[in-house]
Amino acid sequence: MEAAVFISSLVDCCALIFLSVYLIITLSDLECDYINARACCSKLNKWVIPEMIAQALATVLMLVSMHWFVFLLNLPVASWNVYRYVKVPMGNMGVYDPTEIHNRGQLKSHMKEAMIKLGFHLLCFFIYLYSMILALIND
Amino acid sequence: MRTVLNHTCGDSSSTTTDSASPVPNSYESLEGGGYSGTSLRSPPFGYNYPTMHPAYQQNPAPKPNPSPSHGGYNPPGYQPYSQPFPSLSELSSALGGLGGVSELEAETLRPVNLLQERNILPPKRAPPPEPNLSNDLRKVNCSPDTFRCTLTNIPQTQALLNKARLPLGLLLHPFRDLTLPVITSNTIVRCRSCRTYINPFVSFLDQRRWKCNLCYRVNDVPDEFMYNPVTRSYGEPHKRPEVQNSTVEFIASSDYMLRPPQPAVYLFLLDVSHNAVESGYLNVFCQSLLDNLEKLPGDTRTHIGFVTFDSTVHFYNLQEGLSQPQMLVVSDIDDVFIPTHDSLLVNLKESKELVKDLLNALPGMFTHTRETQSALGPALQAAYKLMSPTGGRVTVFQTQLPTLGAGLLQSREDPNLRSSTKNVLHLGPATDFYKKLALDCSGQQIGVDLFLLSSQYSDLASLACVSKYSAGSVFYYPSFHHIHNTAQKQKFQKDLQRYLTRKIGFEAVMRIRCTKGLSIHTFHGNFFVRSTDLLSLANVNPDSGFAVQMSIEESLADTSLACFQAALLYTSSKGKRRIRVHTLCLPVVSQLSEVFAGADIQAISCLLANMAIDRSISSSLSDARDALVNAVVDCLTAYRANGSNIQPSGLIAPAALRLFPLYVLALLKQKALRTGTSTRLDERVFSMCELKSQPLQQIMRMVHPDLYRIDNMTEQAALHLNDSVIPQPPLLQLTAEKLTREGAFLLDCGSVMYLWVGKCCNETFIRDVLGFQNYASLPSNMTEIPELQTTYSERTRAFISWLLESRTFLPAFHVVKDDASTKTSFFQHLVEDRTESAFSYYEFLLHIQQQMSK
Repeated sequence: MEAAVFISSLVDCCALIFLSVYLIITLSDLECDYINARACCSKLNKWVIPEMIAQALATVLMLVSMHWFVFLLNLPVASWNVYRYVKVPMGNMGVYDPTEIHNRGQLKSHMKEAMIKLGFHLLCFFIYLYSMILALIND
Repeated sequence: MRTVLNHTCGDSSSTTTDSASPVPNSYESLEGGGYSGTSLRSPPFGYNYPTMHPAYQQNPAPKPNPSPSHGGYNPPGYQPYSQPFPSLSELSSALGGLGGVSELEAETLRPVNLLQERNILPPKRAPPPEPNLSNDLRKVNCSPDTFRCTLTNIPQTQALLNKARLPLGLLLHPFRDLTLPVITSNTIVRCRSCRTYINPFVSFLDQRRWKCNLCYRVNDVPDEFMYNPVTRSYGEPHKRPEVQNSTVEFIASSDYMLRPPQPAVYLFLLDVSHNAVESGYLNVFCQSLLDNLEKLPGDTRTHIGFVTFDSTVHFYNLQEGLSQPQMLVVSDIDDVFIPTHDSLLVNLKESKELVKDLLNALPGMFTHTRETQSALGPALQAAYKLMSPTGGRVTVFQTQLPTLGAGLLQSREDPNLRSSTKNVLHLGPATDFYKKLALDCSGQQIGVDLFLLSSQYSDLASLACVSKYSAGSVFYYPSFHHIHNTAQKQKFQKDLQRYLTRKIGFEAVMRIRCTKGLSIHTFHGNFFVRSTDLLSLANVNPDSGFAVQMSIEESLADTSLACFQAALLYTSSKGKRRIRVHTLCLPVVSQLSEVFAGADIQAISCLLANMAIDRSISSSLSDARDALVNAVVDCLTAYRANGSNIQPSGLIAPAALRLFPLYVLALLKQKALRTGTSTRLDERVFSMCELKSQPLQQIMRMVHPDLYRIDNMTEQAALHLNDSVIPQPPLLQLTAEKLTREGAFLLDCGSVMYLWVGKCCNETFIRDVLGFQNYASLPSNMTEIPELQTTYSERTRAFISWLLESRTFLPAFHVVKDDASTKTSFFQHLVEDRTESAFSYYEFLLHIQQQMSK
């Protein structure tokens, strides 16, 4: 049971890592002018809700299996995702808005956010891996 | 007297010359301290300074710069002078040049105690500050009407810029009406790495190589460039017109075209609901277009089309050969389709008769309509489909809230909250439909202009998005009615006249490049930012201005000049692809006092207005207002910290920034940013749109209008132009103190002018200029000055036409007598006065002083 929880969290975390890398690549494509703002933002906006769901899934799994420390570790990121999604002003075309992305350094802040998330997910990946191995050994 | 102690010379290698110290004793007592040598230069005339507090002696001397009164060439660096001991009289007159400070700079740094100085407004509007460059560079530098920087002395590092607490940015008006040299050569010389166009500020290493002034790369001069067609000489590339003018226009070759240049295509989208017909705009529009049909910019390929809409969308078949225009109605507004493919956008020359028939018939066609709904969204979608193949301009006329179909909007304004002092809500769009549509249009090179002629709330915040991101313009006529509001009707007519006939550029892009080390991080204006410095403008017109904010990424220590280049690639209305290039060059400085000396207060105020509007939409209005006040407080605190030990009482500002608190107070009282006074939401949003998209002169007149007394204008100091004598009354401060009942005053706010006549104004004026016997017989809604043959009338009219000379949109004119609404508007512009919700100017200064002492 423990092992199953950790295996699914591991898979979830892998998906989140790949997603972060994809976000970083798309944002840096925009910075280097390989794609235009509209194409970039529509690609990124497509993955906002899947990311939110995946992160929420990981958090809930940890909650349900009563691993409090990891749960508390995941909670800020999950709530930040939800906050970011809810706080989008009505007139904007999603979290990534092509008319605003070049203003006020938004591109840089999105890039930073994606990097931080990547680092966080890598950390979580190793935590889950270790815990999964422990769980498998103990079974 | 100005005193400077330490003399730093920046990048020069000169040393301070102690031997140049003049008569010690009297000098030291004057200066209040010794000084470690300086260079003296004799100015041509004595310049007396107000006595300065000895505390200023800690100021490091700015680099000596050539003053404008000095002829001859001076490189933008320091030239050490060593002079024999001057006499004392020469000395006192030389104090202006003490420490190598030019008079120009010393004048802009002269400390002004704002609390004591009652008359800070100069009698004429101050010209933009001149950058401190050599005369050669100054002559070829870009005109400040086109390209203006908030700081004419660029700080060397970001740290220095942060110390000054002033924003660094550029204000551009790139497509302004002007005559400029057109380069017809086949090769356009550009830098190989950064693609900058060759400009007057590059350096030629030898006759065959040139060094880019933006990225410092050395490029080769192509052979064709060595020949100068103007002087027919060979081997002088620096005499070519591209290198002698900072504003040039190139003819672009086919490398600069993604597709063959498009023809001019104009589509008019007209609201014909009951509301629209009631307001009567259709008559005015049709008449105006009929009068200007010949003058629409374009050539033989120009196309025109009309779409009207109420609860359905109507197209007009104007195929040449038909006996009369044919109306096609599409009632499926959820999935609008184009009924026929060809003849909805027709060639203007070929179908001119049909177009005229349609325009004559249109007002009558809908007089008995009972439709009250408006399907603007579907009409815009139809327009998009119609124009997608070619691109062009769509002009939308809307008179109410769109209530049907895609993009329908709700009424969001609560009339009870109009005078709220707390946050103003609903400043941003309610839906992203119009933004998405604008981006689609921008991608297909369609610009959408919006004329909103409504009397009720129409959610301009959402509707304006369709113009903002497709590089269109927004026009708003609140309470438009062709009978009850003739002033608005006249304004609409005049504006249409300009709008239909002004120059236009299609499928344009603009790129702004800066010297290595500077980068642009925020853009303001109506366009779509396609990539980091590429602005996509579907249409470009001569009446819109843009602003950008910059930051200093790397230190500019190894250059003495910073350059900026704006290149606008567009298709003219005659189908020619052109590139308009403007280049601006400014000196780089390393001292904080020099940064303050070069501050351009009008540009700073406009940039701050743009920033405040962004902040009020993204965060809240009160945040934006606080940020504006903090901008003044921080800047004056930084100035005070720079020149230490100033007397604590009084609010000291350098002369260059003495109008800063006044302009910020005026901004805080603008419709866009004010709280506590009843402001309709649409008017507020429109004021925000104007502040973000107008060129600088218009914004300054809007923010701080010009007030003149015109009943006693004399010929003293008048301008004599082309046999007319134009009186030059001085500018008055915007306070009711300056108004008297015995006078008549003219307030010039840019888009509207008020003539306030005092109750006891002398009857000669009323009779000779306004054409009425006495004050009592003046009508309460006069909107123009009659042309009478009296000297007073001629003089007044000459003055007013001189004011309106270079303006593109003529202002509405109101004679203010008793009419409540014009009276309120007039008095709201007197920004120095106290109102029940806002400070007077003096109180604002005290407030700033209080904040500074925290």
